[in-house]
Amino acid sequence: MAENAKLMQGNEACTMGAIAAGLQFFAGYPITPSTEIAEMCSEELPKFGGKFIQMEDEIGSIAACIGASLTGKKAMTATSGPGFSLMQESIGYASLCEIPVVIINVQRMGPSTGMPTSPAQGDIMQARWGTHGDHQVIALAPGNVKECFELTFKAFEYAETYRVPVIVLADEVISHMREKVILPNPSSYKIPMRAMPKNPAGYKPYGADPDGGVPLMAPFGQGYRWHCTGLFHDESGAPSGKAAVAEKLLHRLERKIEKNAQAMEDYYAESMDDCDVAVVSFGSSAMAALSAVRRARKEGKKAGMLRLKTIWPFPDQALRRLCASAKKIIVPEMNQGQLVLEVERAIHGKAGVIKLGKVTGELFHPDEIYRALKEAF
Amino acid sequence: MELLYGHPKSLVSIQSKYCPGCGHGVIHRLITEVIDEMGLQERSIITNPVGCSIWAEYYFDFDSVQPAHGRTPAAATGIKRNLKDHLVICYQGDGDLAAIGTAEIIHAANRGEKFTTIFVNNAIYGMTGGQMAPTTLVGQYATTSPKGRDPVNAGMGYPIKVCELLSSLGGTRYLARGAVNNPVNIKKTKKMIRTAFEAQMRGEGFTMVEILSQCPTNWKLSPPDSIDWLEKNMIPFYPLGEIKNTLSTAAAPAGAGN
Repeated sequence: MAENAKLMQGNEACTMGAIAAGLQFFAGYPITPSTEIAEMCSEELPKFGGKFIQMEDEIGSIAACIGASLTGKKAMTATSGPGFSLMQESIGYASLCEIPVVIINVQRMGPSTGMPTSPAQGDIMQARWGTHGDHQVIALAPGNVKECFELTFKAFEYAETYRVPVIVLADEVISHMREKVILPNPSSYKIPMRAMPKNPAGYKPYGADPDGGVPLMAPFGQGYRWHCTGLFHDESGAPSGKAAVAEKLLHRLERKIEKNAQAMEDYYAESMDDCDVAVVSFGSSAMAALSAVRRARKEGKKAGMLRLKTIWPFPDQALRRLCASAKKIIVPEMNQGQLVLEVERAIHGKAGVIKLGKVTGELFHPDEIYRALKEAF
Repeated sequence: MELLYGHPKSLVSIQSKYCPGCGHGVIHRLITEVIDEMGLQERSIITNPVGCSIWAEYYFDFDSVQPAHGRTPAAATGIKRNLKDHLVICYQGDGDLAAIGTAEIIHAANRGEKFTTIFVNNAIYGMTGGQMAPTTLVGQYATTSPKGRDPVNAGMGYPIKVCELLSSLGGTRYLARGAVNNPVNIKKTKKMIRTAFEAQMRGEGFTMVEILSQCPTNWKLSPPDSIDWLEKNMIPFYPLGEIKNTLSTAAAPAGAGN
């Protein structure tokens, strides 16, 4: 055990999680607070034949990752606010074309160049709706350094399984924090593998169960000869402007995530069973929240903590189940109120939802959340 | 008594955030000296990049805007097209201009936009902490080229000579390269800036002065050593002087490079 115990930074853990999951290609553009991931990839990937490219910008970075993924390689990029905004066009492309790609977005204070590089959690809605049109993504939010490893690993699993862009929504605090992490034994990794077709004859690149099936993805250059387009396309991959094709395609893409949403629910819950007031949070805000909840419990108040690791698809079922006894729910987040909207939607009036936003570029202090708890009781 | 030398009026008199030995401060001073000499403080507008000089608005005492990373020439286009009689300066570093903003600079130059680009080339990404820039020299160490820039085997490409790259574009009229590593080069660079600003005010077309500048912090050298390093490594690759001059004033092969 001791040999796997390491003091590491969140960004380092993300990189190691990616490598453990089989990362073979990284393209990125330096931007604080994500740059350590690029720097580490430039050092580590060439050691085992992986490819590192520093691109001219974030538009090129994610496009290069898409190209690499089409050749069958696991690809990742890492960025922060302004760069994440530039990637939106290709996130939509990857979502429609069903190209597995992992994007680490270490959130910082925005909009625009913002307050480089103070912590924030303002990209919740952008992660889900940043690109135009109805589309699907998965977003996971690590709450400590170890989870930077675990959730990046999981991001590859989801990307490869569901053929969808997966966003790791870290934040500046989690990514720059150093903690002792005990890594799992490498032999225990179940490396996520993409389902591939076995025979080029009759291969339909987008042929799948209309109710959310995931088509088999043939790597380019192996004789399958298929066309990948950001135009709407039929099962053969050919562009189509037909109403029925469009509807069928978007329905399948929606169902692909929707029907697996419950299986993807991931969270940390503490003292939720009998709680009167629940705190629902994520990332670094949840660190302060947990401390406040424990303090309230010590004082005999029935407070509970629910920290979401899966942000998108939003874990509706888990939230409703775990908050069943809660009369009030406080949602601390370092933005002006984004996650709270989803909590309100999912809880549907069964509990009072209290917004607790913070946009000072500073972390929550546990006292702030404790005060909100006291007011709520 | 006549005052022969003083602090430029257009340059705010405060301590800068730049590291010791950084070239930005000298370049800011050159720009503001020329503006003062031309009496243009009230008609000057600067667009600042993302990078270390994102703070430039603290120092330039005239209108300034810091647009999104790399979009600086596009923003300068919008300003200059509407304020033709103003001096519009597009201040960019090697990341802002030669990486993320490649499209914007090429098309602004090709359209012959009548602003002046001051392109600060220090062959490294300063603000993000020493990553490889498009202008990083072959073999030069950076945190994302930990074994040195390897153009072929590691696919890192070659350092981009921006003046030479832009010189084929019809809209460009004046492209010159200076340096701020010693007093002689500083004086020559100032003359280039003056030539470019005067051409802009005559409405002649796209003008740019590339300036080789020191980054001791990320080169991991002392300020004196970084001056030597620039001289010995950057100047041989990035030749100083006028790379292109088709201005109305350039009758003979004279000008700022002499």
